[in-house]
Amino acid sequence: MSVDNPRAREKELTNVDGAASKSTWVDRAYELFDNKKIRNSTLVGLAAIILLIPTFGGNYVMEIFTNAFFYMVLCLGLNIVVGYAGLLDLGYAAFFAVGAYTTGILTAHFGMNFWLTIPFSVFFSAMAGIIIGGPTLRLRSDYLAIVTLGFGEITRITARNLEITGGASGLIGIDRPEIFGLRLYQIQHFYYVFFILVVIAIFVAVRLHHSRLGRAWQYIREDEDAAEAMGIDRVKFKLYAYIIGAVFGGIAGSFFAVKMTAISPQTFLFTQSAMILLAVVLGGMGKIPGMIVGAFVLVIFPEVFRAIGDLRMLFFGIVLLIIMLFRPQGIWPERRS
Amino acid sequence: MAILEVKNLTLRFGGLTAVNDLSFEVDKGSITSLIGPNGAGKTSAFNCLTGFYKANEGDIIFDGKSLMKDKPHKITQLGMARTFQNLRLFKNMSVLENVMAGMHCRGSVGVIGSILHTPKQRAEEKKIKEYSEYCLDFVGILDKKERLARNLPYGDQRRVEWARALATKPKLILLDEPGAGLNYDEKEDLIKLIQRIRKELGITIFLIEHDMGLIMKVSEKIIVIDYGQKIAEGNAEEVQNNPRVIEAYLGKEEEDEAI
Repeated sequence: MSVDNPRAREKELTNVDGAASKSTWVDRAYELFDNKKIRNSTLVGLAAIILLIPTFGGNYVMEIFTNAFFYMVLCLGLNIVVGYAGLLDLGYAAFFAVGAYTTGILTAHFGMNFWLTIPFSVFFSAMAGIIIGGPTLRLRSDYLAIVTLGFGEITRITARNLEITGGASGLIGIDRPEIFGLRLYQIQHFYYVFFILVVIAIFVAVRLHHSRLGRAWQYIREDEDAAEAMGIDRVKFKLYAYIIGAVFGGIAGSFFAVKMTAISPQTFLFTQSAMILLAVVLGGMGKIPGMIVGAFVLVIFPEVFRAIGDLRMLFFGIVLLIIMLFRPQGIWPERRS
Repeated sequence: MAILEVKNLTLRFGGLTAVNDLSFEVDKGSITSLIGPNGAGKTSAFNCLTGFYKANEGDIIFDGKSLMKDKPHKITQLGMARTFQNLRLFKNMSVLENVMAGMHCRGSVGVIGSILHTPKQRAEEKKIKEYSEYCLDFVGILDKKERLARNLPYGDQRRVEWARALATKPKLILLDEPGAGLNYDEKEDLIKLIQRIRKELGITIFLIEHDMGLIMKVSEKIIVIDYGQKIAEGNAEEVQNNPRVIEAYLGKEEEDEAI
């Protein structure tokens, strides 16, 4: 109806301008990134720095970066669900748990090679996506959020109570993987492995975003009924988003399991899901560089302020509030002119 | 031959009967209109045809198949496209992307194809883009394809809706008040466009409209409904002289345009 009303339309337009003028210098910097030449050279520079960090950074720095890479993969996965398809998911840690436990159980109990567990991990996390998504994606988003919250808790509590998952103490002694005869056990090994994972995740996310699928998600997010009228099966495409997001989580979980060599239900608390979602919203939903920045801030911030002890989480909370108040669209949001 | 047959269609919302035992046919290649006073059930009938509402009784036969159990996206795939009374564009997307939505159901590339950019995927993307541009050219706004849909003037936003519906490659297109909010010149263009859609693309047109001038100019057959029931059917002249139609319009709403 607002379209029929010229005054409402005018207001919408001024709102857009208002938001843009508020933070022009940041957005202008992002615009530079839209330039292919500048973007490519920035990315090459970043990649060079990241590849060189292990040579001059200590184990601590590498540990933090590896952790950040790990959250980047999770954020990119959740972004497909939340940012692309516009579905609120409060139980994303469940998929990450499914992947971690699949690899943990198969290597620890069945002595399977780590690399062979990945297809299983993909399969089971995709199944988890179908099980939770199939019946619930017909719901509108608020209800979906509640169901996913419940699903996250069910997964964690199931893991705590089953024998095969090692109960409350979890699984320990998960074997380290080998690649071309090289045993991956040092932090720099995982540093590179997780970096490669991030690169693959970005590649897949970019390709999906600029495809028929990515557009379908955007249509559904903008107007479900209009999308349906255009012949887009909204339930099917939402389910696709869910499954792909779940697979991202599952694969990240598998690598997490072998990096830590031990997993327990404590890792997959609701706070974990909330933190990943927080990084997605903070970074700017729907935008890949936003995910990278969001995950990085999420990991780095508590480390930088480690000196102030437990107060740092309070401080972190306040900073988040401030960012959300002044930049509700996220640090690096999807923007359109 | 009828492309669309509606038989005894009834839609109830609780105690209210929005569409009551409605039967009519839309002939293939025709321009047919559905008119009636405000609240007569025109849009409700449209929503039943396109699957957005599930009719309680009756049958809808499109191109030889019953649509009563199909979802809206399936109905679009079968070749029935629609536009909305109050514009439902994807406002934050470009004009071209809006129209590409229509081509979605004519594509088939999935997850793997999208990630790997297979030759099939590239060929399909090219086809989607080319046909969407053709549709934009057809409605006359190809030069605005990069603009955001929300930033277009109202008349052009209407055109985006028509192009988007055309991009689904329909056999039958349902236009829900296509003239609403358009000025005189834009309405003249609309009449020409409706005639071109039929003549050049061979698409059957079924429209709801309030503007009697427009209806009388373009339609070959007019179906008049009131309180969800059909009260008259025929060509412009027959309908204009029908006493029940005059009563429905003049007896109910003084401010509405007299026929």
